[in-house]
Amino acid sequence: MQSWIDSLIAAGDFGKNPPRDLVYALFIFGLSAVVFLGVAFPFAGIVSWVERRVWARIQSRVGPNRVGPNGSLQWLADGLKHVFKEDIIPDEADARLFKLAPYVVVLGFVLPWAVMPFSSALILADLNVGILYFTAITALTVVGVLMAGWASDNKWSLIGGIRSAAQIVSYEIPAGMSIFPVVLITGTLSMQGIIRAQAWEPYHWFLFSNPFCFVAAIVLYMSALAEGNRTPFDLPEAESELVAGFATEYSGMRYLLFFFAEWGNMFIAGALITTLYLGGWQAPRLSSSPVVMNVLELLSFNVKVLFLVFTSMWVRATLPRVRIDQMMSLCWKFFVPVAFINLIGTALWVAIWPGGNPVAGYVMFALGLAIAVLFIRRVMYYLKRSRMEMYLHPTI
Amino acid sequence: MPLGVFIFLAALAVTSALGTVLQRNPVHCLLALVVTLLAIAVMFIGLGAVTVGFLQVIVYAGAIMVLFLFVIWLLNLQAELRTSPGYLALKALAGLLCAALVAELFTLLWHAPTAGGAQAAAPPGYGSIEKIATMLFSDYLISFEVTSVLLLAAIVGAMALARRAPAPQHASPQAAAADGPARPEGA
Amino acid sequence: MVPMSYFVGLSAVLFAIGVAGVLLRRNIIVIFMSIEIMLNAVNLAFVALGRRLGSMDGQVMVFFVMTVAAAEAAVGLAIIIAVFRNRETVNADQLNLMRW
Repeated sequence: MQSWIDSLIAAGDFGKNPPRDLVYALFIFGLSAVVFLGVAFPFAGIVSWVERRVWARIQSRVGPNRVGPNGSLQWLADGLKHVFKEDIIPDEADARLFKLAPYVVVLGFVLPWAVMPFSSALILADLNVGILYFTAITALTVVGVLMAGWASDNKWSLIGGIRSAAQIVSYEIPAGMSIFPVVLITGTLSMQGIIRAQAWEPYHWFLFSNPFCFVAAIVLYMSALAEGNRTPFDLPEAESELVAGFATEYSGMRYLLFFFAEWGNMFIAGALITTLYLGGWQAPRLSSSPVVMNVLELLSFNVKVLFLVFTSMWVRATLPRVRIDQMMSLCWKFFVPVAFINLIGTALWVAIWPGGNPVAGYVMFALGLAIAVLFIRRVMYYLKRSRMEMYLHPTI
Repeated sequence: MPLGVFIFLAALAVTSALGTVLQRNPVHCLLALVVTLLAIAVMFIGLGAVTVGFLQVIVYAGAIMVLFLFVIWLLNLQAELRTSPGYLALKALAGLLCAALVAELFTLLWHAPTAGGAQAAAPPGYGSIEKIATMLFSDYLISFEVTSVLLLAAIVGAMALARRAPAPQHASPQAAAADGPARPEGA
Repeated sequence: MVPMSYFVGLSAVLFAIGVAGVLLRRNIIVIFMSIEIMLNAVNLAFVALGRRLGSMDGQVMVFFVMTVAAAEAAVGLAIIIAVFRNRETVNADQLNLMRW
């Protein structure tokens, strides 16, 4: 990237002796704009439509199907509608903080894209502390949510803000503890380094590298659901109790920004888990051309992430919301101890087999496959039975 | 770190630190404090202390800030009223003393041999998490272990202090009634 | 490149602002925040001078200072809550029971 810009400068595309820092800044800003406007925001929008369609299918409804083919432009219509709505700021609200809060939340959503490892070449910045950066940036979201909740001067907003902060701060501990096993195995915090330590075959993923990692991945997934305020942990915006939680007083574009961040965070959480446990962009070497390989890797990465995003929709459509005290005790009394056991167990595992145990991968993969097959058979059984019941009782 | 970036961050840090000290609403003070801490974290990263910089963001913006905010809300603190004019002389004196402190520190800095001059080239891996971990677990092992004991003590202490006093076991209903209903909970 | 003395100077200014906060404010929580500013000013000096000398001991010190700051915040805020329960105030001027 830098060498390419240097060659452009040398070729005189920017005039004679341009200020080098300025040209770099121009490229960085341009690239960020392309990534956010061209990838992150449309992704968040499209996911909102996909999510509504998936729920609808799971709940035997139709879902949005009017705008565009199969309703696929619904997100654009919703976005436009929100942009043109009046931006209301309550009289009693703390106007400065009220206006600023959505941008802080969105900051926590756009910054992780800087270290998103889409493929072996497609990454903006392969920081050697990538995972730490990821954790630090997601911690910033709390500030925005608390600002929104407090500045609205509304009890529901405030309770939503408090709940969200308590939830994010608590679940950061098991999430962080579930990241460390992989760091222990690879000895690096760089996203690319972690992915390069895995391979495209599932039994070389860290998910299956030892039993502790498998549990850690599940803990990480559930903590990510909680940190992203997703059902069954969507207490901060529990609509039956808190209207819309910290977003209650918001309208128009600012309201939209909160939900952009929420849907976008699904991708970010999925990308984190994919990078750490599911082999990231690793793809079989089908071709020697780097372009083809990068496309394959991009595909591999996105398929895994989108699968995780889909499961989060699936969970959201299936499970009821838990109570706040249940959620807190789940975190502190179950996830935190389990995460610590995972950490210590992985440390012991690495101490015993420094290069990793090769047999464990195959055994764990076989076990995982068996669990998946059993699960699918169970689902098929229930599907068949529900069809039969529908046949017997056509009114349900 | 380019000079322009430094000036921007320094101005941000100083203005928001002043905001912390001068604003009357504790929540505004806290948010200004967070901006100061983030500016300092970015400076750490610019100085090559990448790990410490990100830890600063996690610890301060993520944890300590939320702790402060919860306490502010728990105590339901409103914006302070202006202090009576009798304090004005004291405040002026305090301001004067702080100005003297700045002057003193700058004089010290002027004469310090290590502060100015060119910086040494950073060795490879400077500020990386491996280096810090190696130092923590070799040269600073005892301090590290003492810190963990300190944290444990802090957890226990915070729990013991903030817990509500348990309700008296043998208080008779008459005594409770004589106490009067107007006493606030936990008083 | 920014001379290290700029960083240390900034650290001095921030430290003085923290001291001013402790002296000027009457709200214990804000006094606490001012102490955090002072701790961070010192951290900045540690990191800057460590960079100047090409050593990482300053960063390890920052790590310890952060831990102490976290412990201090937890215990200090717990004390504030306990005081508030007893005296219904967080104004440092009204907490004068032990004053002669």
